[in-house]
Amino acid sequence: MDSLYLAWQYVRFNKAKTIILVASITLIAVLPLALESLLTESERQLLVRAESTPLLIGTKGSALDLVMNSLYFDDEIPELMTMEAVERIHDTQFALPIPLYVRFQARGHPIVGTTFDYFEFRRLSIDQGCPLTMLGDCVLGAKAAELLGIGPGDDLVSSPDNLFDLAGVYPLKMKVAGVLAPNHSADDLAVFVDLKTAWVIQGLGHGHQDVTRTRDNSVVLKRADGNVAANAKLYHYTEITEDNLDNFHFHGDMSIYPLTAIIAVPNDEKSGALLRGRYLDRDDTEQAFLPAEVIDGLLQNIFRIRNVIDSVIAVVGLAMVLVIILVFTLSLRLRQREIQTIFRLGCRRAMIGRMLLAEIVLILSVSGVLCMAVLGVVNANAEELVRRLLMG
Amino acid sequence: MISIQNIQFRYPHGEFRLTIPEFSATQGEKVAIVGPSGSGKTTLLNLLAGILTPASGVIEVKKTAINDLNDANRRDFRIRNIGFVFQDFELLDYLTVFDNILHPYRITGALKLSEEVRQRAIHLAERMCIAGYLKKHPGELSQGEKQRAAICRAMLPNPSLILADEATGNLDPANKTRILDLLFENVDAHEATLVAVTHDHELLPRFDRVVDFQAFPSGGGL
Repeated sequence: MDSLYLAWQYVRFNKAKTIILVASITLIAVLPLALESLLTESERQLLVRAESTPLLIGTKGSALDLVMNSLYFDDEIPELMTMEAVERIHDTQFALPIPLYVRFQARGHPIVGTTFDYFEFRRLSIDQGCPLTMLGDCVLGAKAAELLGIGPGDDLVSSPDNLFDLAGVYPLKMKVAGVLAPNHSADDLAVFVDLKTAWVIQGLGHGHQDVTRTRDNSVVLKRADGNVAANAKLYHYTEITEDNLDNFHFHGDMSIYPLTAIIAVPNDEKSGALLRGRYLDRDDTEQAFLPAEVIDGLLQNIFRIRNVIDSVIAVVGLAMVLVIILVFTLSLRLRQREIQTIFRLGCRRAMIGRMLLAEIVLILSVSGVLCMAVLGVVNANAEELVRRLLMG
Repeated sequence: MISIQNIQFRYPHGEFRLTIPEFSATQGEKVAIVGPSGSGKTTLLNLLAGILTPASGVIEVKKTAINDLNDANRRDFRIRNIGFVFQDFELLDYLTVFDNILHPYRITGALKLSEEVRQRAIHLAERMCIAGYLKKHPGELSQGEKQRAAICRAMLPNPSLILADEATGNLDPANKTRILDLLFENVDAHEATLVAVTHDHELLPRFDRVVDFQAFPSGGGL
């Protein structure tokens, strides 16, 4: 106990040296272990989400971008497809198509334009408020609501697509209809809207005062054969309310309106195989694939990267261990006089050894406790950290 | 109390050679050792403490031939019976004054640290006028205060032999007298034997006996 007491006094007195040593040792131990924990969690999250999505259909291009955007709401937008594709899948009667339009954001959270089928498919239930009921409504993921600090009845404004595009679409002020129960997936951080609301955000649908009834001629550019052309003075609504809902409309053929992907839920395995077969034509602009296969390929790459990182950490760790040995050796040299004094007082050689050992044990113990504390925090927040750090 | 007979000592790597045919001191005696630098005064103290072992001859402290003891027993004997006061105090920076005084009890199993020892340490510090500094570290003390703390450390186990190696060498004249007073006071209180190496001739009349080390070309001797 005395050697431990003396060691404690020594490390306490030499605070700066001790802190540097403890921090270095903790870092060496924490880095690979925390990385391992986060990678394992990221693999789990990626796989669970991918395996629960039977078939993904999108425009030919990077399957990984498509999966990351459709399953994890990554802000890398894939090549767009059109609503026609949904109809085509409907017509085959092989699967239930769930359209997705993941392109916009609201205060850093992805806006996911979809249909009611998505909520049923992902087993998302309303925790507070109600589901989407009218154009302009949004439903928040549990974590998104917590981070934004808003709930049912509050408003949420979509972020402009491009801040410097003065002629761009106005942000849409959405009404928060409800908040979803936690799902422990990317859905928790998303803002869900009806597909049409997503198109309104893009400007494909809009609402403005009725120019056929207005008495203010300054907004009218031209009247001819019952058609009225308005000028830029025409007031566009930036919020959809029950009062102005009827003024919102979409122009053109909605079958060519954009989507980022379609989740296809086949009736059975055979239907799934048949549906995939439809997309094997080389001239087809669309592709169908199993997200799990894409994620599996990604994980193989992660494994390779992890091995490289592990090797780098091992080398850095070894270098650090050598430096620590050097520090202890130099410390011993600096303490020669002290050791001589203790010897001259009558201390046995074994006691000197015990004192030095106690110092090492003390430093390693503090580092170990710190390491466990950091790992505890990392493990407790692994799910959230992975979503924020590794999946954007 | 201490007796040396026909001591021959030589450092393994060097020309220095020390020969002491006879040297002794009785219990309670205060002996000053004087002599030029390099004459072997400190070597004599180290031999008496059992830190160095002679090539031949006998060193007895309290009728124990310390050069016949093995290394571990010699260390145990030293920490129980011999108090060493060093010129540079040799206090440990990272320990408080109180822990420095108690240090011999923490580095050996030969001495048992008890509440009684702690109280004795406080009492000793009070007598040495450093009771107010017990929670401070040596870096916060003056030279005189450090030397008083070092004397407390040497005196705490109630050693029967005190070895002082130029214990007042680093002190100003006022502090020299004060430290020597306190050292003598404690030595008298415990009826210990004091063997002190000093260069300070003004202090010599206060010792019971003065032993003059003569300089030799290749070492020293009595």
